[in-house]
Amino acid sequence: MSKFYLFVKYGFIILWTIFVIAPFLWALSTSFKDFQSVTSGATYIPWLQFEPTLEGWRVLLKSPANGGVDIVEPYINSILVTCSASLISIILGTLSAYALSRFTFRAGFIRNNDITFFFISQRIMPPVVLSIPFFIMLGFLGLLDTLIGLIMVYIVLLMPIAVWIMVDFFNKVPREIDETALIDGCNPYVAFIKVVLPNSIPGMIVAGMFCLIFGWTDFFFAFILTFTEVQLLPVRIVALNSSITPWWSLSASALISVAPLVVVAFVVERFLSKGNLSGALK
Amino acid sequence: MDLIAEALTFKPDDEYHLNDVSFEMQKNKLYTLLGRTLSGKTTLLKTIAGLITPDEGRLLFDGKDFGKVPVWNRNVAMVYQQFINYPHLKVFDNVAFSLRQRRLDEKVVFERVSSALELVGLNGFANRKIQALSGGQQQRVALARSLAKESAILLLDEPLVNLDYKLREQLREEFRNIFSSRVTSDSILVYSSTDPVEAMELGGEIIVLDEAKVLQQGPAQVIFENPTNTRVAEISNDPAMNLLKGNIGDGKIQLGSEMTLNLPNHFDKLSPGDYILGLRASNMVLQENGISFKVELSEISGSETYLHVACGEQNLVGLLDVVHNFKKGETVSLSLDVSKLYAFDLTGILVASPFEGDRP
Repeated sequence: MSKFYLFVKYGFIILWTIFVIAPFLWALSTSFKDFQSVTSGATYIPWLQFEPTLEGWRVLLKSPANGGVDIVEPYINSILVTCSASLISIILGTLSAYALSRFTFRAGFIRNNDITFFFISQRIMPPVVLSIPFFIMLGFLGLLDTLIGLIMVYIVLLMPIAVWIMVDFFNKVPREIDETALIDGCNPYVAFIKVVLPNSIPGMIVAGMFCLIFGWTDFFFAFILTFTEVQLLPVRIVALNSSITPWWSLSASALISVAPLVVVAFVVERFLSKGNLSGALK
Repeated sequence: MDLIAEALTFKPDDEYHLNDVSFEMQKNKLYTLLGRTLSGKTTLLKTIAGLITPDEGRLLFDGKDFGKVPVWNRNVAMVYQQFINYPHLKVFDNVAFSLRQRRLDEKVVFERVSSALELVGLNGFANRKIQALSGGQQQRVALARSLAKESAILLLDEPLVNLDYKLREQLREEFRNIFSSRVTSDSILVYSSTDPVEAMELGGEIIVLDEAKVLQQGPAQVIFENPTNTRVAEISNDPAMNLLKGNIGDGKIQLGSEMTLNLPNHFDKLSPGDYILGLRASNMVLQENGISFKVELSEISGSETYLHVACGEQNLVGLLDVVHNFKKGETVSLSLDVSKLYAFDLTGILVASPFEGDRP
């Protein structure tokens, strides 16, 4: 019975691993192909089935003047926008989540839960609905096609995630810990910095990871709110597609764009398995 | 250095959490708040600490209005029912937290923390992480943290309730020793508990709280001997004092239709009429030729047996000094110690007690 269970368990794990990894391997193999190899039927193994070439990767680094598709600049743009928007979202989100979790707000019929819902409701609407007002607002502010404008929009998109995760996190942290800090002679601000903040790092890391993923992978707003001056990575990758689809450089850029998230995932996984995140607070 | 509460009232929603609570506490003394869950013990402790601002009433400490002093400037320490420590700090830093907050010299901090840790028996644990400790050890850290502060008021909110039985007994013993060595240091100690045995053991003064009100305040012995009303009698005894409706007349006590008891001497002054009679569970013993009861339930607890018997339409609980598993429906013969009977009038006020001489 237990052997059968093990067999089924590992069978599933292996199947799932193949399911997840296969596209990556396929993209990796495709990125070393040229036009000839892509069009001459399904081949997978370099040297044996096709002659590998680095052309797909080289194109990414060349400037457009030399017939390339400079991916470095949008890459840096994407990093700038995602990281700063995530950072600001985490800071603001943590502060507002703490307030929502610990203090009671009353304004007419509005209570804490309504405010939390207001934050989350930003994510309920389909992005298309938000895009027109965002476009008009940014246009009015003269921030269309700028990094600042994009960062502002992404904060609106990412902060609800941070607030949502952190409210939940703070609700699970015993209020008595804050109270003890107050009793021990901290005013509320010192208590927040000395006691609450060090204990909320696990939650902030999780929230930060979600913000990075959502921010990095967004295509829609990056596409709508920029034209020529500023381009983000997802937009540039899609723009590669012309009359002939360059599968090789498309695959290469896709792999490059996924790379940072893989790194983030591994770093966070380290934290999780070290036990620093889970079980730090009962 | 007295702590005086004047008519504290706190009503955050439809229910009172504190209802006209007044008391006086003096330094060098231990006070136990005794009351069942939701009786307002924690609210009262948090009010003293300053975490809750009462809607009405005043707290005076040392003659000054405590209400104007924010939590972080009140010189109090508090141990919670849950094991609350700073999870991100090691044991030593936890205990040192409030001292460093006051910017004491690091030498003084070290001395005080070391002696506090020694007092609670956590020598050699200074560099452990909080999560690496057991529940009992975590609670000791919390106690050390509050002791090291050497505050004017030390609040302990049911500190032993979340521990397992054996540890609770052991810590309770240690707490008593710690308190007796601490109580000389000019502080007011307030301990809250649901357990009457614990409250009686700790000695000191007991403040009986029920439904957000103070029912009685006095030394443990007075509360035990002369509970002013039926509610106090129930709360301050475990198991709760048996309360039976009965009629006094013709030199005897009539309980229900068939049971009669002799009139004890201390009931002589009572005029004939209906009363509520109180009898502690421990004042019932097995005796042949006693009164016959039908067993409803019997539970063995250690070397004693809780026996629930039917008494007319009412129920009696006895704490018998034997270990015997009585069967439901069985008939037992018990003798009730009438010399230990309490009498309350029908509104629940104490009118006769077996400890007449000490009546307040």
